[in-house]
Amino acid sequence: MADFFEHTLHFPVWLAYLVAALIHCVLIIHVVAVGALIFIWMERKISGRIQDRLGPTRVGGAFGWLQTLADGIKLIAKEDITPGDADVMLFKIAPYVSFAASFCAYIALPFSDGWVAQHLNSAVFFVLAVLGLEVFGVILAGYASGSKWSLFGAMREAAQVVSYEVPLGMCVVVPVFVCGTMNLVTIGNMQSGLFTNWLIFNDPFTFAIFWVYFTCAVASVNRAPFDLAEAESELVAGFHTEYSGLRWSFFFMAEYGSMFLVSGLAAILFFGGWNGPFPIAEPLATTLVNVVTLGNAESWGGLSTYLANLMGCVNFLLKGFVGVTVMMWIRWTLPRLRIDQVMTTCLKYCVPLAAVCFLGAMFWQLNGMPTGNDLMGFQRGLQTEGWVETADREATAVTPAGSADLSADGESLVPVAADRSDGDHLSGLAENGGAG
Amino acid sequence: MIFAAMDWHAFFFWMFALLTCGFALAVLFSNNVVHMAFYLILSLGASAGLFFLAGAEFVGAMQLMIYVGGTLVLVIFGVMLTAQSRFVSMETRSGEWVVALGVGGSLLFMLMITAFNVEDWRSPNPRQGEVTVAETQVVSQIGLGFAGVRVDKLDQPDGQLRGGMSGYLLPFVIVSIHLLVVLIGAAYMARTKRRKDVSGGRS
Amino acid sequence: MIEFLEPIHVSHYLLVGAVMFVTGAVCMATKRNVLGILMGVELVLNGANINFIAFGSKYLRSDSLGLDGQLIALFVIVLAAAEAAVALAIALNFYNNHTTIDVDEADDLRG
Repeated sequence: MADFFEHTLHFPVWLAYLVAALIHCVLIIHVVAVGALIFIWMERKISGRIQDRLGPTRVGGAFGWLQTLADGIKLIAKEDITPGDADVMLFKIAPYVSFAASFCAYIALPFSDGWVAQHLNSAVFFVLAVLGLEVFGVILAGYASGSKWSLFGAMREAAQVVSYEVPLGMCVVVPVFVCGTMNLVTIGNMQSGLFTNWLIFNDPFTFAIFWVYFTCAVASVNRAPFDLAEAESELVAGFHTEYSGLRWSFFFMAEYGSMFLVSGLAAILFFGGWNGPFPIAEPLATTLVNVVTLGNAESWGGLSTYLANLMGCVNFLLKGFVGVTVMMWIRWTLPRLRIDQVMTTCLKYCVPLAAVCFLGAMFWQLNGMPTGNDLMGFQRGLQTEGWVETADREATAVTPAGSADLSADGESLVPVAADRSDGDHLSGLAENGGAG
Repeated sequence: MIFAAMDWHAFFFWMFALLTCGFALAVLFSNNVVHMAFYLILSLGASAGLFFLAGAEFVGAMQLMIYVGGTLVLVIFGVMLTAQSRFVSMETRSGEWVVALGVGGSLLFMLMITAFNVEDWRSPNPRQGEVTVAETQVVSQIGLGFAGVRVDKLDQPDGQLRGGMSGYLLPFVIVSIHLLVVLIGAAYMARTKRRKDVSGGRS
Repeated sequence: MIEFLEPIHVSHYLLVGAVMFVTGAVCMATKRNVLGILMGVELVLNGANINFIAFGSKYLRSDSLGLDGQLIALFVIVLAAAEAAVALAIALNFYNNHTTIDVDEADDLRG
């Protein structure tokens, strides 16, 4: 985007980058803020329906869809109270820490093919790392409030989040080694095609590990039944007991932001990201552009690609919304666990399950057992990184005879894998490429 | 992307550098344990920004996850151990301050002179503009490096080294076993046991 | 002044690393709190890490350490985490035995 400003509009270099950065920033902050607006309304309606009530009905028409906005205005108008025992600086800064952590993780989350604020090669890792920092704001809030309830809530949250990061990390590693990359854009693109190409249908172990991932994700964003940090029947309101007004609402924006984040991560890692169940977006967009421009679509440049990406973005947002809705459904259906039960779930069930699935998926991948898309005859697109080509050239130089007949089949990766690596990572990559 | 415009590189470098150093000094001059931990986390986070700026994405993310996450545990311990207010702040004697700052200041002076004395270190990289983003995307290369395969050193002339001798497999295994030992050792040392009855009493 | 500020070299990264290192060292020397000393150690290790990253960066040097810089930095991070775990266990043990975390009280072995 900065290139566009620099070369097409002839902005100075520094201004081009500044404008591009600001546009990215505003777009992402709208996902978080508008998302929270919609999710809070959804939560009210869903909880109402589950409890056989109507939920909000008046503000803004028949479905009460302006209720959140009215609440927001009320929250802004409320007095900002700081308790006398509080550690003032930390108390004031804690909500922003929480919100900033949840917001920063969106930097690396792609919304469609290439629609991402910053292409990070280690995007999966970055998202998890930054998401883990959200708990820091909660702990600070709990400590700085100078209240027993807050402190208890914060300590519970700390123990819970630190433990659940272990199985969560194990779950996320499985799609990473199936795809052979940590780049979320590449992982998403590798699942294009029919829905059998989605990683959840890759083999039985990835199917199983998705459910472990979802459980751990719910726990790590502190949603019921794991919301021990704010267990209102035991701890008044947990870590945000002493907060009021806008500061309080920042915690909620952070919570809804990270809910969408983990759902979006699940969508990319397991459910094909921006790729719909059937590969129709690209032909549909091309046809559409063809119809509109009376046949000379080429002169309209990348418009069809743009439209396909837009459809992909809608697809991705829909998948994320489904994830968030399921989380709400769980919240209003299951009773809250006790703190020891939460720890038992993590250490005695989630970690062993994740470890077994991890090993299983690894052996499945190593032995080249049939994956979901093999059954349907759809190929997974082969994606490689820059260095692979260099390595390939090297391998050709070393064993000219061996690679010559292999490259005739278009199988350029195999000699590299065979020559230089015993790691499951690279041979997994080759396995995917050589599936057909 | 940032490196297409050098002035932004300088801007972000100085921003992160000031944050890193400023919060490091705040750790030093603060007396409250929890404040210290908070500043430390900000300082480590800002230095993760420096890592990203130098093109070491993976190390930056690792820093955020392990270093900052580990420090989080420090905060928790700080909170737990300092529940009694007498531990929240411990003053340092002023004599110690004078000695420490004197020694530290001279050490810093020496290091600064060294850093700016080597011609090679303060001359710009002639092929800075040619470095592509793809060249810094090294996550899988790092992974293979730990597995003992250096795909970044394929042009290594020495055939012996190319065979995997230059990889980090052995250190990686040693570190893994070290971590396991540390895990068991720390759990053993920190386990609950009967306390000695100290006359000072405990709350 | 502009010449000092504008093109960033390895030296500038080394400067940041030096400041962190010295701060950490002074922190270790002056703090009486066990946790404060531990934080000093973390600062020192991180200062070393900045140097490794700077020497390994392809942007800053044409003949950089390359991947070795990043790999060593990763080892440092892992070892720092391990060190923090052991040090915290020691601190906890000390607290259990002495009900304090002031290192000046740890003089049982003095003759």
